[in-house]
Amino acid sequence: MESNVLVVDDSAAIRKILQRVLRQTGMAIHTIHEAGDGQEAIGVLGAQKVDLVLSDINMPKMDGLQLLASIKSSPQWRNIPVVMITTEGGESKVSEAVKLGAAGYVRKPFTADQIKEKLAGILEPAMPL
Amino acid sequence: MNLNEIIVTFLTQSTRQVFSTMLGVDIQCGEAAVKAGMPEANEGVVSFIGLAGSWAGTGSVSCSPALACRICSQMLMCEAPAVNEEVLDTVAELTNMIIGSVKTELEQHLGPLGLSIPTVVYGRNFKTKSAGSADWIVMHFQWDDETLLVKLCLEPKEQAAHVMFHTSSTDSCTLDV
Repeated sequence: MESNVLVVDDSAAIRKILQRVLRQTGMAIHTIHEAGDGQEAIGVLGAQKVDLVLSDINMPKMDGLQLLASIKSSPQWRNIPVVMITTEGGESKVSEAVKLGAAGYVRKPFTADQIKEKLAGILEPAMPL
Repeated sequence: MNLNEIIVTFLTQSTRQVFSTMLGVDIQCGEAAVKAGMPEANEGVVSFIGLAGSWAGTGSVSCSPALACRICSQMLMCEAPAVNEEVLDTVAELTNMIIGSVKTELEQHLGPLGLSIPTVVYGRNFKTKSAGSADWIVMHFQWDDETLLVKLCLEPKEQAAHVMFHTSSTDSCTLDV
């Protein structure tokens, strides 16, 4: 089954790179939605069916940890896996994200292989043509 | 190693790793220097990001408009013929990744540090000033014949009053990202 992914990052450059990388992973992805911060992401989650969230941490308005907490405290969204992709590589941020229920953590700068490896257990591979 | 040497090591590792991973480019490391203040006029694209905690300071990445376009083109795999919002956003994100990685490494020595959202400026003949008194560590990197400058100033919090402001700007624009 194809999945819908939500990419949340205040950098349009990173959103564009993640769009490309996700399409190259060989995973069964239908639609990739984008949001520039946590508040926008909440709006997308309310309007679209989302199967996976990839989120930055350091963002204006609502940061990635606040977004993660909102998702995990919502009965409607709590089963959506959230993978954090961020420069915030410090132990405190990692453990806070894990405590809040993050499904994984990728540190920027990242390679396509690191993203693919992290998503391997979460998304289904695309069916061969 | 003293703190300046540690910072030079982390800036070198981080810049080279970001260019290698995100752009597939082996950027060459040039000279490192310690400078008091940033009195020289700036030109081109300059990005800043703040660090805060028990130590506070500012990280900066600057380059020519041509190099900014080349970085954007290589990183996003798209045409970037002139400096536009996408180019400024790319330089800001590059700064976020370089200084963010340095911040993570420095936390082992200095304790937890916070990272601000980057600000990027594009223009000619503008000056920047940080209200802190710390010296700037300035690293030169070469990508073919273009130079990228990566700078960091950091000092214990009680000495720092790092309110960054930009002065004397002509033909410049600022993008908070």
